[in-house]
Amino acid sequence: MGQIKLEKVTKAFGNTQVIPPLDLEIEDGEFVVFVGPSGCGKSTLLRLIAGLEDVTSGDIVIDGTNATALPPARRRLAMVFQSYALYPHMSVKKNIAFPLKMAKMPEDKIEEKVKNAAHILNLTDYLERRPGQLSGGQRQRVAIGRAIVREPAAFLFDEPLSNLDAALRVNMRLEISELHQSLKTTMIYVTHDQVEAMTMADKIVVLRAGNIEQVGSPLDLYRSPNNLFVAGFIGSPKMNFLEGEDAAKHGAHTIGVRPEHLRVIHGATTSSGWTGTVGVIEHLGSDTFMHVHLDGDRGTITVRADGDNPAKVNDKITVEALSEDRIYRFDKGGMAIR
Amino acid sequence: MARRVPTSRKWLVTIAAWAIGFLIFFPILWTILTSFKTEAEAIASPPSFLFFDWTLDSYREVQSRSNYFLHFYNSVIISLGSTLLGLVIAIPAAWSMAFVPAKRTKDVLMWMLSTKMLPPVGVLIPIYLLFRDFGLLDSRFGLVIVLTLINLPIIVWMLFTYFREIPGEILEAARMDGATLWAEIVHVLTPMAVPGIASTLLLNVILAWNEAFWTLNLTAAKAAPLTAFIASYSSPEGLFYAKLSAASTMAIAPILILGWFSQKQLVRGLTFGAVK
Amino acid sequence: MATAHSRTAARFMIAPAVLLLLAWMIIPLSMTLYFSTLRYNLLMPGMEDFIGFDNYSYFLTDPAFFAALTNTLLLVGGVLLITVIGGILLALLLDQPMFGQGIVRILVIAPFFVMPTVSALVWKNMFMNPVNGLFAFLTKAVGLQPFDFLSHAPLTSIIIMVAWQWLPFATLILLTAMQSLDSEQIEAAEMDGAGAFARFFHIVLPHLTRAITVVVLIQTIFLLSVFAEILVTTNGGPGTASTNITYLVYAQSLLQFDVGSGSAGGIVAVILANIVAIFLMRMIGKNLDI
Repeated sequence: MGQIKLEKVTKAFGNTQVIPPLDLEIEDGEFVVFVGPSGCGKSTLLRLIAGLEDVTSGDIVIDGTNATALPPARRRLAMVFQSYALYPHMSVKKNIAFPLKMAKMPEDKIEEKVKNAAHILNLTDYLERRPGQLSGGQRQRVAIGRAIVREPAAFLFDEPLSNLDAALRVNMRLEISELHQSLKTTMIYVTHDQVEAMTMADKIVVLRAGNIEQVGSPLDLYRSPNNLFVAGFIGSPKMNFLEGEDAAKHGAHTIGVRPEHLRVIHGATTSSGWTGTVGVIEHLGSDTFMHVHLDGDRGTITVRADGDNPAKVNDKITVEALSEDRIYRFDKGGMAIR
Repeated sequence: MARRVPTSRKWLVTIAAWAIGFLIFFPILWTILTSFKTEAEAIASPPSFLFFDWTLDSYREVQSRSNYFLHFYNSVIISLGSTLLGLVIAIPAAWSMAFVPAKRTKDVLMWMLSTKMLPPVGVLIPIYLLFRDFGLLDSRFGLVIVLTLINLPIIVWMLFTYFREIPGEILEAARMDGATLWAEIVHVLTPMAVPGIASTLLLNVILAWNEAFWTLNLTAAKAAPLTAFIASYSSPEGLFYAKLSAASTMAIAPILILGWFSQKQLVRGLTFGAVK
Repeated sequence: MATAHSRTAARFMIAPAVLLLLAWMIIPLSMTLYFSTLRYNLLMPGMEDFIGFDNYSYFLTDPAFFAALTNTLLLVGGVLLITVIGGILLALLLDQPMFGQGIVRILVIAPFFVMPTVSALVWKNMFMNPVNGLFAFLTKAVGLQPFDFLSHAPLTSIIIMVAWQWLPFATLILLTAMQSLDSEQIEAAEMDGAGAFARFFHIVLPHLTRAITVVVLIQTIFLLSVFAEILVTTNGGPGTASTNITYLVYAQSLLQFDVGSGSAGGIVAVILANIVAIFLMRMIGKNLDI
């Protein structure tokens, strides 16, 4: 079991309120990702759940019991830290065994569990090594191993992939997702990378300045963002935003269109599109991203076209939305108009 | 990505560096060599460099004419004793400053450092008189106290810089793993702190071993460590080069060996972490 | 993570160190200050009278004080000059690729671990002795008259001895600092067309500024208190030719038993050292980010 409920949780450091009253429910077996720009309070929130920081007010309920006052060790949660926080003076085996040893499990059982974990994580050949002798990816796996042997109610991940290089990051992302599918344990994962959030999560919690901006499945957030912030944060490349006359035409203060929801019309102009000059072109092979400077200084928009689009720099082109319902409308306060 | 260095240049640098290194080391080498000569060979002109009758006579003489091992023993007791006592006092202090920093921690550290800047001569007279009145002159105990106090700031500082490098996340991981405070200290903190404590110990033994202001002023015979014992060779025994060399070699050898192990810590310890 | 409980515990853990150092600083220093206002001679006990600043005017107007002050400045300045310049050159050399770098390092560092009395006696007897010393042999070998270093150039001789002891310290710290210089910076300068000298003066030297300052300040603290080297070689002589302030205070109080003026001298030494200490503390404090 691993159901976690936050009820009116707040956190203040001195006079600075970093988490305003916040409610959140995490179901058993869910993969929840906290995402947001740095300094949005997502790590603090995770540490509050872990018990590494005390809440200023409010309650944290884990599996029906109020855990607000429990020390970290008694919350049955396991955490994987950004720096991995492996014990440098212990072998891989001892690192993984440490929480079991602390729980006073009999030696032979520890041995068996460590073996199992090492097998799952491909660490069997490295059990006698020290963390210093391992690569980044291996260290990451040891940290995960140390977490899974405890069979916790939930796993907490604090930006676990940010110290890895790009290729390894993609690999580990997959491994963690696979781990979740086989263990079916609740996982809470903190990241600033929206791609990680989109690819891994069952449920994404978008945070800004301690506030929850939106909670939902990855596709919910992509398809119907609540506000400008979520719209701009989810999706890559970023959603294009236009204000003024263009927006007014659609009865909004700001309108947004994703680059992948635009179509290019060479030369000709239509009433529903925007004309402009092609600036930088980025060829990815499968796709081509074009940065188009709109006529009349109305800004620059990014367009995704397919890989063999013939446009060249300085070409005059017109772009238009695939359909009217691909245009997101926002009011003056940045909230979505639905 | 180091570039290939022309071998000729590398050889040139090697020869120059070895020549200068040899020159700087020469007084020590010469002392060691002379200690194996007879007195006659030690002042022979021209001096012989390697081709003389190697003998241990001088070492035997030094011990038989003066109680060399008493002074050696004094040096060991005083340097080790003051360092251990200093560690006992400094470990809790450095510990709490590194892990429970308060607003004034920085001020306390800086103030401790400032006591190290106090020139010993400024407090020579009162200490001398206090020692005289309390019967501490020429006692190992008295010197242990004084050397503990003069090296305490360095010990606190070195430990502080080492402890501060233990990442907080590791302690948090231990807490998540269910470690009690005691288990955290025994299984996680201590093993990680031991290298820092060992380096601190090493450097402070060296500093205390070579300390030559208080040891010269506060001892006479009974409690005199090697610094003071060697000073007694200033005249006229110093003219017996072989014996002077033998006594000197024995006095510096242990520290020379310890010192070579502590090069890295030396920089950090003596610059209070300002250069690493 | 700090709770009220752990804060209290922390205070108890710091207390012994703080109290001991406080006692070590305040008790003797205030005694020195008190003695410095007394007519106080150990040979005439029971005659202590309050005489105000007389000890200071006596100490400061004594020609020996000016000699000692000059000698102290020359000693500190001379050793600093030799060790800093020599240290930079040596560090530059040792930073080059070579064979047996580790061994050369060990050779260069060794003098720092030699206790002051040993180094002073070895230099005095085995090298500078005008009859049997190695220098005397070398000068005679090239047909010159041996030079009696310690009687004719006592201060210079002591500067040489002390510089030999401190050169390794300067070298080691400057080398450590040099090795922390990002090699990409040097490569960038090279790409920008800077020659070896330009690279040294525009990149390496500025990078070393901080380490040089630290070397200068720390050595100054120790060099102001040079004592053993003088005691076992020249006893401050001939006359006051190699007496520094530390030795002068020692001589006044423990050789002539004049505690009063010795104490005044001690206070003067504390003030001199404090001027240096303030700069050093600022340097280190800046680096300390808690």
